Amino acid sequence: MATAEASSNISKVQVRRYKPEEYAEHNYLNVAKGLWSWLTSVDHKRIGILYLVTTTFFFLVGGVMALLLRIELWTPAQTFVDANTYNQLFTLHGAIMIFLFLVPSVPAVLGNFILPIQVGAKDMALPRLNLFSYYLYAIGSLIAVYSILHGGIDTGWTFYTPYSSQTGGAVTSLVFGVFVVGFSSILTAVNIIATIHKLRAPGITWSKLSLFGWSLYATSIIIILATPVLAITLLLLTMERIFGIGIFDPALGGDPILFQHFFWFYSHPAVYIMIVPGFGIVSEIVSTFTRKVIFGYWAIAISSLAIAFIGFLVWGHHMFVSGQASLASMVFSFLSFLVGIPTGIKIFNWLATMHRGSISLRTPLLYILGFLFLFTIGGFTGIALATLALDVHVHDTYYVVAHFHFVMVGGMVMAFMGGLHYWWPKMFGRMYNQAVAKIGCLLIFLGFNLTFMPQFIMGIQGMPRRYFNYIDQFQGLHQISTIGAFVLGIGFIIAIANFIMAIYKGKKAGANPWGSRALEWQIPSPVPPHNFDHIPVIIHGPYDYHQPMADFQLGLATNGHAPAHGAEISAEKQETEE
Amino acid sequence: MEIFRIINDFILPPAKSTVAADHDFLFWFVHLASFLLTFGIIVSLIYFLIKYRRKSEDDVTPVITHNNKLEVTWSVIPLIMALITFGWGFQTFLKQTTPPDDAYEISLTAQMWMWQFQYENGARSAGELHVPANRPIKLVMSSRDVIHSFFVPDFRIKQDIVPNRYTIAWFNAIEPGESIIFCTEYCGAGHSDMLGKVIVHEPEEFEEWLAANAGGGGEKPSDLPPAEWGAQLAQENACMTCHSADGSQTVGPTWQGLFESNVTLTDGSTVTADENYLRESILEPNAKTVAGFPPVMPTYQGQLNDEQIDAIIEYIKTLK
Ligand code: HEC
Ligand SMILES: [Cu+2]
Ligand SMILES: [Cu+2]
Repeated sequence: MATAEASSNISKVQVRRYKPEEYAEHNYLNVAKGLWSWLTSVDHKRIGILYLVTTTFFFLVGGVMALLLRIELWTPAQTFVDANTYNQLFTLHGAIMIFLFLVPSVPAVLGNFILPIQVGAKDMALPRLNLFSYYLYAIGSLIAVYSILHGGIDTGWTFYTPYSSQTGGAVTSLVFGVFVVGFSSILTAVNIIATIHKLRAPGITWSKLSLFGWSLYATSIIIILATPVLAITLLLLTMERIFGIGIFDPALGGDPILFQHFFWFYSHPAVYIMIVPGFGIVSEIVSTFTRKVIFGYWAIAISSLAIAFIGFLVWGHHMFVSGQASLASMVFSFLSFLVGIPTGIKIFNWLATMHRGSISLRTPLLYILGFLFLFTIGGFTGIALATLALDVHVHDTYYVVAHFHFVMVGGMVMAFMGGLHYWWPKMFGRMYNQAVAKIGCLLIFLGFNLTFMPQFIMGIQGMPRRYFNYIDQFQGLHQISTIGAFVLGIGFIIAIANFIMAIYKGKKAGANPWGSRALEWQIPSPVPPHNFDHIPVIIHGPYDYHQPMADFQLGLATNGHAPAHGAEISAEKQETEE
Repeated sequence: MEIFRIINDFILPPAKSTVAADHDFLFWFVHLASFLLTFGIIVSLIYFLIKYRRKSEDDVTPVITHNNKLEVTWSVIPLIMALITFGWGFQTFLKQTTPPDDAYEISLTAQMWMWQFQYENGARSAGELHVPANRPIKLVMSSRDVIHSFFVPDFRIKQDIVPNRYTIAWFNAIEPGESIIFCTEYCGAGHSDMLGKVIVHEPEEFEEWLAANAGGGGEKPSDLPPAEWGAQLAQENACMTCHSADGSQTVGPTWQGLFESNVTLTDGSTVTADENYLRESILEPNAKTVAGFPPVMPTYQGQLNDEQIDAIIEYIKTLK
């Protein structure tokens, strides 16, 4: 990174300090009233809130299904639903959680809300497209809901052929729903990339882009490259089911293993679509609550891109026992080990950031500590699964179930919850009850471990996944897991209730309750309708805690020609407002 | 050694094949190394939290943007460990999946929701795989319908079984005894009931079993009444994963009170469930399907001989 003085294309601008108002009476929440104004708004913040409400709804639906599954598993034989219902429940639990919650949540909720502010823009680059992609998501979800009510689906969220080509039920319509939702993700990703490229405020060079921005950038690349493959796969599956064209079903001359290749070519990168934005949140929170320059900015930024890239080449690790050639398995195993390295690097970087920091253990950081613990376990068990010989034994057992819940819930959902607790005061201008938030976090953490630790043991002992009945030997562990699931559920309900209470009863939070240097904290809370009343000017990176706060509250002083977006600048003169 | 075995059995299933020990050694290596690293990370995290907790709002923190030596160290050491684990895993995997040339071959056909084994001399068994101890066994596997997966936790082996192609699994059981078989690829309503057993015999005992069942094992054991033999056959041929004897409805209609009852078919007509109807239902299940049930029953043409079908019918008759 060239120093500001050495570079020749630095523009000098006149700046002045804008100290943010603490509470914005006129803000994006009350700028217009009524449901209609929300449903037709192209404001990135309102769209973010729409996504928040919708994804939370699906999270709760998926969560209730998980609880029903856990209740059913209380006894080895039938407890209260029959095998077919059980099979539909786990299919829908998986499909809803992945396609309707995990994939859209961070990019579409927090990405939409926070990213434009972090780059100093008024909105996303393509606001109308943004609203359109919300509607695609809504329509896709409605189609999915229709399929649930119309016959249900019992294929598992993986839709493996030939079972999925043969079974009855609403496979075709669910697949179509997922297809539509996929397009919504693609459009959101395009929008994010355009925003990061085109709308960075003067001074935000690539080396001053927030790490949350970097992580969304990497995620968007994966989404744009991988989602079309899912769409193609689902389309082929639909053609097979409707027109009887043999592609995957051996009865029609197709190849079922081909489906698995197609499917995992999307679904493995999808794992990174879900987790990489979470990494971005972790970087933001760790830096803010340690008040310290992030350690290894470039290592963190580049490792996200490395994960995005290598992540495309490892899909075959889901197929070690499918009958694929040993040579292929070897290559996929090798690459899977490689993808673990950048992930490990990130964890070390966050730790190093905490070293000699000024650590304040507020709720967002508490969630991130939970993230670090659970995600580390998720990562290491991933290494075990990438080890060919070990995968043979634990493949398709509860070990795998526990592993991906550690990564998805322990990793991504913990980061998402941390992010919500971090940005909530910015989004609604009000602070939630801190004590209750910590209790919620603790229950989620304990409940999670109680639910999924026993599943590792069951898996090692041979308990296969997707089993309605199981042998008596596993009952004890299953019961612990079920109890844990309820603790987890209570934790989430407390956290969500606390959030809602905060909106109505919370104390005013102030513009920058955490003392962060990041740009989104230099404007009032809740955010004003157009984010900034001036064009912000950035001279330091978002993690430069050694620089005075005043340096982070700058805007263009004159209405003259603004320097190009993202240009490197140096501030000429500072005058303080008021 | 003994203590290792006790710890091993505490968390892993008993190690009953020749590759199990190799697998378990690697298993402990990976998990203990992971545990140590996780422990290290968590301890330093907690240490930092305590040592560097915020003392005042004006705490000044040092500016440390990166440290090349440190970063190279924590990239390269994990990389080396990863490469070791990868190589070791691949080597053990080859042992797990490459049958020796002299392996004894048994063929396995999987279908919703049963396992059928066929031996060199024509002997057959369903749900139970009979093998001699201390001899490599190679399974040549195929599926009649969807994908299934053959998993024996005690042997640390697993292999998917895919329609229209053959896949192979092998093991060498080290001692006589029984081990459970699970299906580990989701295959529909009866997936979790698709269990089986490996019965490992002493070599001589296995030869006896094989000889007694030569020609398909279709002979009735002389000491059994037909109905009891029928009950046994219904169990072995996995009829009971779809049919119940106690009136409860599962995938297929219950057999309780079936004989001589009036059955309504999907086309609305009714038939009386006499011997001929039962026989036809077993050999051509889709010729007449019962109203309210999906046509998922596989045909048993060529799998059950007349004597066996008669025995099963005798058994159904006893279920009043
Ligand atoms: C995959 C599940 C499945 C298996 C295994 C299965 N059946 Fe069935 N069976 C069904 C279903 C479903 C029906 C009802 C639809 C039909 O008539 O095809 C049925 C119908 C029948 C009927 C007619 C029952 C009536 O109420 O009219 C008989 C008799 C029967 N099966 C016998 C057997 C026998 C004997 C076996 C084992 C050798 C067996 N089935 C194995 C699913 C199965
Ligand atoms: Cu994967
Ligand atoms: Cu199965």
